Amino acid sequence: MQRNVTVAAAAAGASSVTPLPTAGDAAFRRDNTVVRRDLEPIREPNSERDAELVAAGIRRKRLIAVLPWSLFVVLLVVWEALARGLNIPEFVLPAPTVIAQSLVTWWDPIVENALQTLKTTLIGFALANILGMTLGVLVGSSLLVYHSLYPMLIAFNSIPKVAVVPILVIWFGVGTAPAIVTSFLISFFPITVNVAAGIATVEPELRDVLRALGAHPLNIVRKVGLPRAMPYYFASLKIAITSSFLGSILAETVAGQKGIGHLMIVASSRFEVPLVFAGLIVTAVMSVTMYTIATVIERRTIGWATRSQNDAGSAPGH
Amino acid sequence: MTERPFVEIDHVWMRYGGTGGTLALRDASLTVDRQEFVAVVGPSGCGKSTLMRLVTGLWPTSSGAVIVAGKEVDRPLSIAGMAFQNPTLLPWRTIMDNIMLPLEVVTPHSSRLRRHRKDYEAQVHELLELVGLKGFDQKNPWQLSGGMQQRASLCRALIHQPELLMLDEPFAALDVFTREDLWGVLQNLWMARRPTVILVTHDLREAVFLADRVLVMTARPGRIMLEKTIDLPRPRTIEMTYTPHFQGMVQELREYIDEARRGEEVADAA
Repeated sequence: MQRNVTVAAAAAGASSVTPLPTAGDAAFRRDNTVVRRDLEPIREPNSERDAELVAAGIRRKRLIAVLPWSLFVVLLVVWEALARGLNIPEFVLPAPTVIAQSLVTWWDPIVENALQTLKTTLIGFALANILGMTLGVLVGSSLLVYHSLYPMLIAFNSIPKVAVVPILVIWFGVGTAPAIVTSFLISFFPITVNVAAGIATVEPELRDVLRALGAHPLNIVRKVGLPRAMPYYFASLKIAITSSFLGSILAETVAGQKGIGHLMIVASSRFEVPLVFAGLIVTAVMSVTMYTIATVIERRTIGWATRSQNDAGSAPGH
Repeated sequence: MTERPFVEIDHVWMRYGGTGGTLALRDASLTVDRQEFVAVVGPSGCGKSTLMRLVTGLWPTSSGAVIVAGKEVDRPLSIAGMAFQNPTLLPWRTIMDNIMLPLEVVTPHSSRLRRHRKDYEAQVHELLELVGLKGFDQKNPWQLSGGMQQRASLCRALIHQPELLMLDEPFAALDVFTREDLWGVLQNLWMARRPTVILVTHDLREAVFLADRVLVMTARPGRIMLEKTIDLPRPRTIEMTYTPHFQGMVQELREYIDEARRGEEVADAA
């Protein structure tokens, strides 16, 4: 309504010029060039085909859920068959059933040592989170810190941690401490790098928007940088938690009195190879469990970051 | 006009990266009156966006002064609202919380926000209605189309009632129909709130449709080549853009831009 009135007013204002014809004018309605297709009756869609596509989508989802487990079972069966069929000695490659048996026989010491490893890993991992997060925020939000600290961080990260363990033993003695420290040392770096990347890559326009409001740089980090770094942080947690296990088991293997690494070293020195494998499996289970927990927390807290991927994943053919 | 201009750019030079760096602005001068809507156009890379960052105090000038509201700008302004081509909404916040973001960092509002949250929410609702996003306040940014996100971005730029609104090609990434819709939206916002607006754009129709005055810049190093007053009555409508008068103005500006670009070629050859 209002539009038409103002057009008329504008046309009246510029009376010396002839206004161009608009789409509403008769001059534009040339019936020989325009064919109205929207007046034809609507034909109903093919509902059978639609239902078929939906069913195919559901089947595919089920397949994806079942696939990893069935592959695992197939692997076990092939392993069992090979170990038994080729008569491979137990101290070279024990069959899955033999490993399971050893797992039952040695259950109590395995659980005790696994809990020790879990404890050292989690303490080291927690420390890595605190330091990694702090360093990440500093490195990501200040160019000065970045330039002064980053070369050292990279140099430090490239040191083989296995060479550090003996030094740690000299400092802290044999036992829990070296395992905690190794677990920490090996896992703080990915956290630092990822948090820093998340904060440093805040869109310059958004930074400008906030700075032009007089926002303090710390405020920008708190309101925008940190939340934005969360997906990066969780991605690094998945790497960090597995390398954390790696670190503590490494230390236990080199210099430990307890822990799953120590158990495996003792077992292999006694040619109890099935027990070594049992230890490996327990480690893998713990590692996968922690990874899963990290994934669940990630999904709960930063669903916004994975949202679009989830949407795309539900379409057929993906 | 006896009143002092709201924004004054006085013989400003801007060079990036030391003495050997790129010269972005060469002796640029312009003024913008309070509550005026000015559009800056020019060939690409002429320093339009640089101008924005100088006015808001995000960058210091190499030489010359930027004066806003009678005071020389020597730090980020803290009264300006900005919107860019990329809406840059925060994906972890709802539209409501995205628009509230400036209030959390601007000094008079941030301390009052908790106690007067209802009042501020009412203001957000009012703005959302003005831009045609009524009822979308609890949606997440990814649930909105590009044009709707840009509307929300405009609301965010205006929520703290800035005296100065800086827009850097805010509609450049949108399709033509959405863009023309948002011209109307921006015009409504401006007529309702009357902030001083500096709009950087490469769309000459957009400049003529929205601005009181269009400034044409030369190729880099940028300088104001000329200014043209747009005498169309408001509110302007899309239908007006089809009139010969409107198209004549666009054509005229287009010729100036061509002239500016030819100047660039001459400079390159020299």
